[in-house]
Amino acid sequence: MRKSLMIALSLLAAGAAPMAAQASPESDLKQFQEYFMKRFPGVSLAEFGNGVYAIDKASREQWKAIEEFPPYETAIDEGDSLFHKPFANGKSYSDCFPNAEKGIRQNYPYFDTKTGQVKTLEGEINECRVKNGEEPLKWEKGKIASISAYLAYKSRGKKLNVKIPNDPRAMAAYERGKHHFYAKRGQLNLSCANCHQDSSGMHIRADILSPALGHPSHFPVYRSKWGDMGTLHRRYVGCNKQVRAKPFKPQSDEYKALEYFETYMSNGIPVNGPGARK
Amino acid sequence: MAKGIKVRAKVQDGVATIKSLMSHPMETGGRKDKKTGEPIPAHFIQEVTAEINGKNVLTGYWSGGVSKNPYLSFKVKGAKAGDKLKLAWVDNKGESDSIEETIS
Repeated sequence: MRKSLMIALSLLAAGAAPMAAQASPESDLKQFQEYFMKRFPGVSLAEFGNGVYAIDKASREQWKAIEEFPPYETAIDEGDSLFHKPFANGKSYSDCFPNAEKGIRQNYPYFDTKTGQVKTLEGEINECRVKNGEEPLKWEKGKIASISAYLAYKSRGKKLNVKIPNDPRAMAAYERGKHHFYAKRGQLNLSCANCHQDSSGMHIRADILSPALGHPSHFPVYRSKWGDMGTLHRRYVGCNKQVRAKPFKPQSDEYKALEYFETYMSNGIPVNGPGARK
Repeated sequence: MAKGIKVRAKVQDGVATIKSLMSHPMETGGRKDKKTGEPIPAHFIQEVTAEINGKNVLTGYWSGGVSKNPYLSFKVKGAKAGDKLKLAWVDNKGESDSIEETIS
């Protein structure tokens, strides 16, 4: 009885998981990007960084009008001042991020083989603070979003370049993020892919669903809905709530894995943060 | 970048398009402070004026019905590159702000 059950299960697994079988991140990436290039012909890879504004003319015009007076400008200025203000111990963020002015956003998130952790930009901002005796900032908005906005702004134009080292822990984080993206959740029983892949470009009430390709390039973002800046994890929390799923904590392992997967999938797209979105 | 008023003024085919963004809380007077429960007093722009080369081209009478950080865009026929634009507002508390810009 057990043997036939095992055989049946393994057949089921082999049949039901074509993606997971012998897929590598590289082949996933190729498949992912090709899907969107085909779904939205005429949109260049770089343009996907502009989300809905790359695929809808009317929205793009409104976005261009808003960009005349970019709503994230004050955040960049604030981030600039915060970044250069020394800590109580005399050190500053420049000591933790020596290449900040040249652009570093494109390398995040990365897998730290020493600690076995996915490192995000916001995560390292707070690590820098704690290392230098300062209180960590809240993860979703406020000062951390301003500092992140400044760092993103300095990295504009640099192509996203997330690496997945040949390390089973890195692969596990990637797979965890990938699983989150494709798994249904919440009372509405929707996965990220249901909206941002399968239904991308279609309407959901008054909004148009953005393609997942290009999602992380323009974060942190000024969202008209928030009337404020927010980090990528602030948005993840909102997205989970929108499908009536209990959200994870910002900068939790789950969201870091999701950011790792999502950003890797957008490799090659230039950083265009901070962005302005509806 | 200074707060206050941001403005862009450009001429195309004999028509100047002026876009501006004004920093102002535009409180209606109907909101209450979340923590204390006290009503937040009304504080909004009452009059906004635009002048080109010293001559008035637009006067707006606003109320609390206009949202925070109002965006104002208007077109002026016959304005030329090099003309001086002055945009100013006065609010219900008597505070005011203005900006001068050369139309390009």
